Amino acid sequence: MKANISSFAAGLLFAAGLALAQMTQPSRIIGFLDFFGTWDPTLMFVIGGAVGTYMLMFRIIKGSRQKPVFTEQFQIPTRTDIDKSLVIGAAVFGAGWALGGFCPGPGIVASVSGALPALLFVGTMIIGMYLYDIFQKVTAK
Amino acid sequence: MAEFNWVTALSGGVLIGLASSLFLLTNGKIAGISGIFRGLISFWTGFEPWRFMFIIGLVAGGALFLFIDPNHAFEAVHPRNHIWIVALGGILVGFGARLGSGCTSGHGVCGVGRLSPRSIVSVVSFTASGALTVYLAKEFL
Repeated sequence: MKANISSFAAGLLFAAGLALAQMTQPSRIIGFLDFFGTWDPTLMFVIGGAVGTYMLMFRIIKGSRQKPVFTEQFQIPTRTDIDKSLVIGAAVFGAGWALGGFCPGPGIVASVSGALPALLFVGTMIIGMYLYDIFQKVTAK
Repeated sequence: MAEFNWVTALSGGVLIGLASSLFLLTNGKIAGISGIFRGLISFWTGFEPWRFMFIIGLVAGGALFLFIDPNHAFEAVHPRNHIWIVALGGILVGFGARLGSGCTSGHGVCGVGRLSPRSIVSVVSFTASGALTVYLAKEFL
């Protein structure tokens, strides 16, 4: 129960950060990726603030605690191998990010405004995720 | 281009970093939104309340900004003229995030924050692909 409430709080705070930084505006994303045009530095400052904060807090939390406050253990990814799926997957993701101007978090937050592009983005993102399940089944054979 | 405001950009980023840190501290998990969301829509794996609560938190954060200042958070006119381009973007984002094991939050914020080599490769790949896509979209769309 407590873990569910803290999960809600983290989501709420995350969305507030995205909205405050205007990451919910596709023109901010596309403007950042437009390195050869009128470049918008907003996203760089957002990522800088987020990564800097997390880097510091990650060290403090992992350095001072054996386990999380409300759950039994830390679940941190341990893989370090660089494979084709990682590189190609990120490239496909980046192309979609540039086309729609949304990534998953901001897309979900912006869909609350009721704007058709944001709602459509979330709907098609779900389709894309399901398509991967099919892709995985086909390639596993 | 909308005016660049480094104060809201940086403080929004810090909020995102704090939200991810809170999630690590309380729940012990990486705040990767595509992964959290994917688990929620994979009905066959069983319902996990914390996933639902995180996403509801995102939605609540969006609703909060809709109430406080919708013009700051949300864009009235989407930068892409054709709605099918946004739809294609959504499919690529959904598929790519799964194939590449994460998105801008899981790899971009949390992964880079803990200096994971896989996440650094992911960020380089999706940023380069995004920049190329914006360049091509300006030429051909």
